[in-house]
Amino acid sequence: MSDHKTIAQIEDEIVEEFSLFDSWDDKYEYIIDLGKKLPPLEDQHKIDENRVRGCQSTVWLVADYKDGRVYFKAESDSVIVKGLISMLIRVLSGQTPDDIISAKLEFIQKIGMTTHLAQTRSNGLLSMVKQMKNYAVAFKAKNSLTT
Amino acid sequence: MMKTAAISGGLDVYAIREQFPVLNREVKGHRLVYFDNAATTQKPQEVIDALVNYYTTYNANIHRGIHTLAEEATAAYEATRDAMKEFINASGREEILFTSGTTDSINTVAFTYGRQNVQEGDEIIISAMEHHSNIVPWQVLCEEKKAKLKVIPINNKGELLFEEFEKLVSSKTKIVSVMYVSNAMGVINPVREIIKKAHEVGAVVLVDAAQAMAHLDIDVQELDCDFLALSAHKMYGPTGIGVLYGKKELLNRMPVFRGGGEMIKEVTFEKTTYNDLPYKYEAGTPNIADTIAFKPAIDFVNRVGKKAMHAHEQVLLDYATEKLRAIKGVHIVGDSTNKISVLSFVVDNIHPQDLGILLDNRGIAVRTGHHCCQPLMDRFRIPGTTRASFAVYNTLEEIDLLVAGVEKAIKTLS
Repeated sequence: MSDHKTIAQIEDEIVEEFSLFDSWDDKYEYIIDLGKKLPPLEDQHKIDENRVRGCQSTVWLVADYKDGRVYFKAESDSVIVKGLISMLIRVLSGQTPDDIISAKLEFIQKIGMTTHLAQTRSNGLLSMVKQMKNYAVAFKAKNSLTT
Repeated sequence: MMKTAAISGGLDVYAIREQFPVLNREVKGHRLVYFDNAATTQKPQEVIDALVNYYTTYNANIHRGIHTLAEEATAAYEATRDAMKEFINASGREEILFTSGTTDSINTVAFTYGRQNVQEGDEIIISAMEHHSNIVPWQVLCEEKKAKLKVIPINNKGELLFEEFEKLVSSKTKIVSVMYVSNAMGVINPVREIIKKAHEVGAVVLVDAAQAMAHLDIDVQELDCDFLALSAHKMYGPTGIGVLYGKKELLNRMPVFRGGGEMIKEVTFEKTTYNDLPYKYEAGTPNIADTIAFKPAIDFVNRVGKKAMHAHEQVLLDYATEKLRAIKGVHIVGDSTNKISVLSFVVDNIHPQDLGILLDNRGIAVRTGHHCCQPLMDRFRIPGTTRASFAVYNTLEEIDLLVAGVEKAIKTLS
């Protein structure tokens, strides 16, 4: 796959896109726009098992494993969280379990969104990142058992 | 654009603002608008100075030392107890116990008086709007004692249904524990009537006054409450210090809760005799610095006057209510006319967290979420609200900024 981009490459792209914004309003308008464009998760996936609970907002996350790569789909009741999800999916979906497990996701800090990962109980994003990595670990383990 | 009158509710609000240094800071390029006062208020300079002064000039452990610093620290610490006695008009200084805050005060009652007096089959009554801190301790106690927790329902305006309380209360009722003012909605409860009714069946009443202290005049003798819990940090004082008021005869009868230093009279390995009130409930080195710095907060509230504060805050509440209600899609939660200055609202199709984040981008601090009242949110079938809560230093100009911020956020989010 020649057009495949690594996690680091996609992170760099996002950081560059955000460098165009000079106000918090602009950054958030962009994230909100991404959130609005995120395809809705099918209702059958919005079940408790797929629920990543935060104190304020809820995230539903599902993962598939195909040809050695993990594919994520997710949604939230908060449009800003949806925007952040959209970026996480862009970075992590379609990557190998190993790359997902070792991803440092420094772009979040570089674009000034660290507050959303802080332990303030304010949303489910931190739990979502953990859950994405958990899926990668699980798929990796399953794969090593079957091969 | 409205401007707060130089004198609002009899107060010079701009002069008061000058006493709160944090109000000068910027958040994300905007002058801070602090509307999260129900979570914690900001602190006047005199409170900050008292903390610094204690650590700078007379830091010492209290009660036991015979040196000058210990004497000064003890005197300052006990002066707060005297100020609080006056502030709530307790009949004696020994009825004022220092705790870490309202939650600690409620837990102390649940696990001393509660453990001693609640038996299998007994009932404890709370209301549907309680903070988790006035739900969970009673649940734990009820589970331990096989007692029953009863809940006073509320109407759609968030008002407690007193006639339902009258039906719940019976000879089985041992404790009634209700908040004076709802933290999530600002609604004021008829605690006076609740206390009277509860006393008719011999139950004791704990009033959670955390939200009421900075806004309403409270006289515990006139209220006739048995226990009252409060936190300093919600009334312009430091965090980590609160009060449990209790009637002397009840406090004397209660078993001790925590063992340690200060609370003892004599200790041998066979038996310990306990100190007198209030010390028998204050085990270990207490939060000396914050207790000392609590007094200037009490002085501040006394000097400004709760009546004047309340009058000014009502001007803010009325203005904000009218302005926010006029915005399409905004619904006020707890739309009662009997409220302190808390404005909780939801906006159609907009998550409170998103609204809170966008307001923060404009330097406006509000609280979003369930406000530690999940059962209350379930009652209204909402995941949470956006809450703006006003204090004495807030102005009408700041409310205009909030209203503009909400309007802009709705545009951006929908």
